[in-house]
Amino acid sequence: MMDRRRLLAALAAGAGSHALAPLRARADETVTLPFGNGERPLVAYPGKRPLLQMTGRPPQLETPFAVFDEGAITPNDAFFVRYHLADIPTEIDPQAFRVAVTGHVTRSLDLSLADIKALPGQTEIVAVNQCSGNSRGFFEPRIAGGQLANGAMGCARWTGLPLKSVLDKAGIKAGAVQVFFAGLDGPVLPETPDFAKALPVDHASDGEVMLAWGMNGQDLPWLNGFPLRLVVPGFYGTYWVKHLNAITVLDKPFDGFWMTSAYRIPDNACACTEPGKAPDKTVPIGRFNVRSFVTNLADGAQVKAGRVPLRGIAFDGGSGIKAVEVSTDDGRTWSPARLGQDLGRYAFRAWTAEADLAPGPHALRVRATGTDGDTQPMEPRWNPPGYMRNVVETTRVRAA
Amino acid sequence: MPRFTALPVLCFLLAGTAALAAPETYALPEPTAQFKAPPDAGHAAGFQAAQENCQTCHSADYVAMQPPRKGPAFWDAEVAKMVKVYHAPIEADQAKAIAAYLGATY
Repeated sequence: MMDRRRLLAALAAGAGSHALAPLRARADETVTLPFGNGERPLVAYPGKRPLLQMTGRPPQLETPFAVFDEGAITPNDAFFVRYHLADIPTEIDPQAFRVAVTGHVTRSLDLSLADIKALPGQTEIVAVNQCSGNSRGFFEPRIAGGQLANGAMGCARWTGLPLKSVLDKAGIKAGAVQVFFAGLDGPVLPETPDFAKALPVDHASDGEVMLAWGMNGQDLPWLNGFPLRLVVPGFYGTYWVKHLNAITVLDKPFDGFWMTSAYRIPDNACACTEPGKAPDKTVPIGRFNVRSFVTNLADGAQVKAGRVPLRGIAFDGGSGIKAVEVSTDDGRTWSPARLGQDLGRYAFRAWTAEADLAPGPHALRVRATGTDGDTQPMEPRWNPPGYMRNVVETTRVRAA
Repeated sequence: MPRFTALPVLCFLLAGTAALAAPETYALPEPTAQFKAPPDAGHAAGFQAAQENCQTCHSADYVAMQPPRKGPAFWDAEVAKMVKVYHAPIEADQAKAIAAYLGATY
């Protein structure tokens, strides 16, 4: 391990970025999330601003919640990072990179990035990516897994090619049922099931599922899947395979661990069970449910009594946000918020409102409704893996 | 294109090609978290086994962030998951010692 003196000497000697490789991430500050064992170092990874480091191996970084008050687009250097397995690529040659399209197709393809960028139909979409286990740390009783607060989500403008264009070029044969996706990252031990996901053929070829190389006008950040990732608008991040290099059309369903055992939810309308209980039947996780947040006031904030501006974000699985309402009396009465710019039905929808706050404590609640009529529950739901939290959030403030 | 611009343009193109042809690298920071020492000497073997085995696949902060004081059943299940699902090559007696250390320490 290089100490500071040797590092400075190496820098003085003009050593390049490789000399920095063994440098340990410096944690200048620690943030404490509001649940047990919630201490997180703020660590700046290459290409990222200081983010909440959940784990160092594999790298898992949560976006500090204040970032969501910067606007409806999450900056690339603040976007959350989630890996399952620790053998992540540290060297990629964008010229040599290839995506293999194989399986139940008429023509197998071996596509370079340039090939993909030259195919017809290049497009953009503003879409939220959210981890299935976003907010898991708030589940009660608590659950094993990544202990996230609300920062494993982000909204970006993705540039890429509809997956359909590639599938059409390969020619899906009759009898195909799923499309299977794998990336360059993998397990440390060859015996560990490699991370891979599948989508039904109809979903994969809906024209919205995208092979994306661009994020907010730049190349994908390394830790967000450089040079190519799957974008599955409205669906949880587990399907957004990073460093995507293998697309396989299947004539029978993929039966790997990451589909048949992991990322499954109770097969009922609320995707929930009685706390502590296992479900009778499960299905793969799918679309986001509807959520909304206050972003300009943190829980526990002190505010000046009187008229207090409120702002925040809302999103759902793609029906689009119809309404956001705010309550200043813990949910007894509600007033409509004003919706901000519409960046598309998969995007964060900004909202603003004002609250008249008398001196004293207040519980602010925010509730969104999608154009499909779905809204958020007042009480949190529970399920064994700790997925899909979408309770009406509470921000407690004191006015003085 | 006027002739006099051809050479700079060519140089620019070649430079661009050279830059694109190089593999790109990412300097992934190393993890820094350490396993916590156990509350008593009875868990020394489990502490050592955890240090020797668990960090093959994940850093110690994966353990430290889990909900506090979940007890032995929680950690038995976690260690069993690592062995059965992720195929961590850990002998049964070692796995038992690791789970006992984690249950007593976290």
